[in-house]
Formats: sequence, C-alpha cells, structure tokens
Amino acid sequence: MRKKLTTSNKVLMLKVAIHLAAFIPLLNLYYLAFLDQLGADPVERVIHFTGIGAFNLLLITLTISPIAKQFKQGYLLQVRRLLGLYAFSYAFLHILNFLAFDLQFAWSLFINEIVKRPYITLGMVAFILLTALAVTSINSVKRKMGKSWQKLHNISYLIVILVAIHFYWSVKSELVAPLFYLLLTGILLAFRYKKIKALISTI
Amino acid sequence: MLIETPKSHDVKESEVTPENVFLNRRELLKGMGFLGAGALLAGASSTARADWFNKEEAIKFKTTALKYQSDSNQNKLVLTPESKVITHNNFYEFGAKKNQPAELAQSFNVKPWQLTISGECDNPITLDHDDLTNMFALEERIYRMRCVEAWSMVVPWVGFSLADLLKKVAPNSSAKYVLFETLYDPKQMPGQADRRLGGGIAYPYVEGLRIDEAMNPLTLMSVGLYGKTLPPQNGAPIRLVVPWKYGFKSIKSIVSIKLVSEQPQTTWHKLAPREYGFYANVNPNHDHPRWSQASERRITSGGLFNRNRIETLPFNGYGEQVAHLYKSMDLSKFY
Repeated sequence: MRKKLTTSNKVLMLKVAIHLAAFIPLLNLYYLAFLDQLGADPVERVIHFTGIGAFNLLLITLTISPIAKQFKQGYLLQVRRLLGLYAFSYAFLHILNFLAFDLQFAWSLFINEIVKRPYITLGMVAFILLTALAVTSINSVKRKMGKSWQKLHNISYLIVILVAIHFYWSVKSELVAPLFYLLLTGILLAFRYKKIKALISTI
Repeated sequence: MLIETPKSHDVKESEVTPENVFLNRRELLKGMGFLGAGALLAGASSTARADWFNKEEAIKFKTTALKYQSDSNQNKLVLTPESKVITHNNFYEFGAKKNQPAELAQSFNVKPWQLTISGECDNPITLDHDDLTNMFALEERIYRMRCVEAWSMVVPWVGFSLADLLKKVAPNSSAKYVLFETLYDPKQMPGQADRRLGGGIAYPYVEGLRIDEAMNPLTLMSVGLYGKTLPPQNGAPIRLVVPWKYGFKSIKSIVSIKLVSEQPQTTWHKLAPREYGFYANVNPNHDHPRWSQASERRITSGGLFNRNRIETLPFNGYGEQVAHLYKSMDLSKFY
C-alpha cells in the first residue's frame, strides 16, 4: 500500500537530494585535488569546477519559479533558498580557490586582478551582490525587511547576466559553452519578461 | 552429482562488481563528481565519458627509447613529472581541454610521416619518419616551458637544433622568416573536424619565427621527451620548442617548414592580435590583457596545497642567450 506523499515530505526529499547532489561532488573534488589525483593541474580544475558549478546552481535556482508556476507545484519554491545558498557557496569556493591555490595569497596581485581585468571585476561584483542575497536569506532578516526583500532579491537577474558575461569573457577561444550559457540565461530571463520590463521602468 | 542449493547469504553472480568497474572505481567517482550539480550542464562539453569502462583496454600510442646525449641539468631544475607532462596539453587538434589530447590522440598515426622544408632555400628536402630521429645526433635539453596562461613546466626534451636542419637546406638571402605548419587531417585530429572540440581556432595551426630566432642554438626541433619518442599529445613525431617564448609558439606535429620573405600570419595572433603577438617572448612586464604575466605556477608534483607560484623571468630566464636578438626593439610594442 502506498501513502500519498505530503508536501513537507516532498520538500524534505528534494532538500536531501539537493544536499547530496551539491555537496558530495565538492568532497570528491577536494579529496582528489588534495591527493594530486585531479590531472596535472588540480588548481585549474577546482577553479573551473566550482565556477561552472556556481553558474549551474544559479541557473537551476532561476528555473524553480517558472516550473512551479507552469506545473502548479508551489512547494518547489521552498527549495529555492537552499539552491541559492549552494550557488553562493560554490561561488565563494571559486574565488577562494583563485586566491588560495592559484594566486597563493598574493593579496596585492588579487586586488590588482580584480581592478584591472574586466571579466574578474564583473565576477567580483556578481559575487558581492550574491553575498547580499545570501545574508538576507535568513528568515528573521527577511521578515524585518518586509517588501524591500523582494526588491533586493530581484538583483538575481542582474547577477546571472554578469556571470554569463564573466564566463564568456574568461575563455581564450572556445566560445561554444559560454554562448550556450548565454542562451540559457536569456531563456530564463525571457520567462520573466514582464516583470523585468516593469523593474526597468521603475529605475 | 553435487547439487548446491544457494544459501541466502551467498553472493549471487549478479551482485559481484564487474572487474572493470572495480578497477575503475576512482574514474567512476570522478565521473560522478562531474555529473553532480557541479557540472550538470558542463557535461555536454566533457568528452570521453564513454571511455570510463574501457580505460584499462584503451589503445595506447607506442613510444620508443631514443639514443641521445643527456643534459647535466646544471641549473638543477626540478622536472615536471612525466605523467603530468603527457596529460596536461594544449593541443586543440585533439580537444581544447588540457586532459583531452592525452585521451583522444592515442590512435594517432605518425608512420608514414613527411616533413617538407622548402621555400627560399637552395636545397629543399623532405624527411620521412625515420629521418626525424636518424639524421641528426640527438641531445637532451632540459627547458623551462612557460604557457601564456601563466603556468609552467620543466621538460627534458630530446631533439636537435633547428639551425642544423636549416643549414641543410641552405636558406637564400630572401629567407627572413620561417613558417611552420601542423598536419591538417580532420579524420585523425577530431578538433579540426568539430568546432566545439577544437576550441574555434583556424586550422591548420601555423606558427612563425624570424630567421635569426630560428637559427639561435636554443631553438629545438624535439622528437622526444623523457628519453622516448614524443607521445602524440605532445606533438609526435616532431615539434618545435622555443623556450624563451610562450608555449603556443612551440608548434606540434609539424609537416611543413617554409622559408619566407615576409612575417607570416600566425594562428593565435590572427585570432586575437591584442592578446597574442607574433613575437610572444615571455615578458613579466607585459601583461596579457586579461591576466598578469608577472608570475606563474610551476607544475611539479604535489596537489592543491603545493606552493608553486614563482616570479616569471624576462625571456623565461634565457635572456643571456637571446636578449641581443631584440636589442633595438620596443618589447611593449612588439609583444
């Protein structure tokens, strides 16, 4: 006999699945990288893995609300914060990898690169904005912010655009993957055409 | 006749982990990593996934031992382990990711091979596969190799001076530059057939040197590394090594060397002239527009926590031998 899943059970199962899918690859990644089992240059690999991972998670987060609306699965919105926080965590590791393992804490070089290289500047701006979203995702903060919370979190559309350009700008010549990501970003934003148009008109 | 009734705790045949899966459990783990959220979508651009189960049986290109005079390594450079030299390659003909050439080049056929040296010279010649290793006395050269992407290696190459080869063809007075060309064979080089795999650069890959750079004793035609003939991912059967220039100048799997009178248009320079100059001399004071060239990460052994960032030296440390070639030149203009 099968019991029908309650909404809270569905959410719980989804959350467990998200934790597994997002956290285990990280353990695996750093374990192999630490043991020098991740190709000749583990530094490049961890930077790319966490960078593209953050972008993937960001896009998945932005897929939730169109899907929830389309298929009338409102409970899906309850996993959005977790996905967003994983996107933030991957982005944080991406930058930490760059600073700690690539530049090896050459702080002046780090600052220099952020200022001088447009694609890194964009990436850093996106990360700072993402940090603001992560910090304000705490329930008590959210409650205190009231209506301005939603306003702030609309910044996620800007973030995903910045990240798409950051990726496109970072490669040497292999443009196919970045163009594909730009396309995906465009599609996800197109679902929100009306909302974004309204947002722009308020500026 | 013995009739065995299986007990409930017996391991069923279907439950035994197949040997190839067992042997490749690390590969599987790695694969899972890449299928996780970390790369749900990046999967589309990661190749050779189907190979996981066949790794052990995979065809491997056969290299052979070479006879050569060894390099005493006076500067006591720490070599990059062979396993890393042959698995971390920028050779877009076999995929634009560093690990792809080692995976996709193993069935590359270098026999027969023809290397033609022609153009502005009195005695054009064509070398076949065996000439490459027999025509000249081979010597080992331990060189630093600095990639334009700001990582570096130390590689024990085996080969002969390009100058010796050029002297054989007797360049004439119009020979001002040397133009090199990689094999064009999309059937063998999947990156040439597939834009996504090949990173969107123009093929065949071409590179060039000024004649005095080509004649400099440091400029090496390499036919091997670590005492053996080159594996395909490193540019079998013959490649250029110009140790004071960024790695992309050191063109691989060469089929043509042409003496010409004009400065040739080279592959990366054509694609992004602001980012990759014709000279491409290693220069810590001239940044790539998108990253600093002041320092580099030396790839040796050791994992993530290896402290390997070092200062980049002008001309990659070979200034004593080559700086005079650029005496009257503004190196920020001719980068």
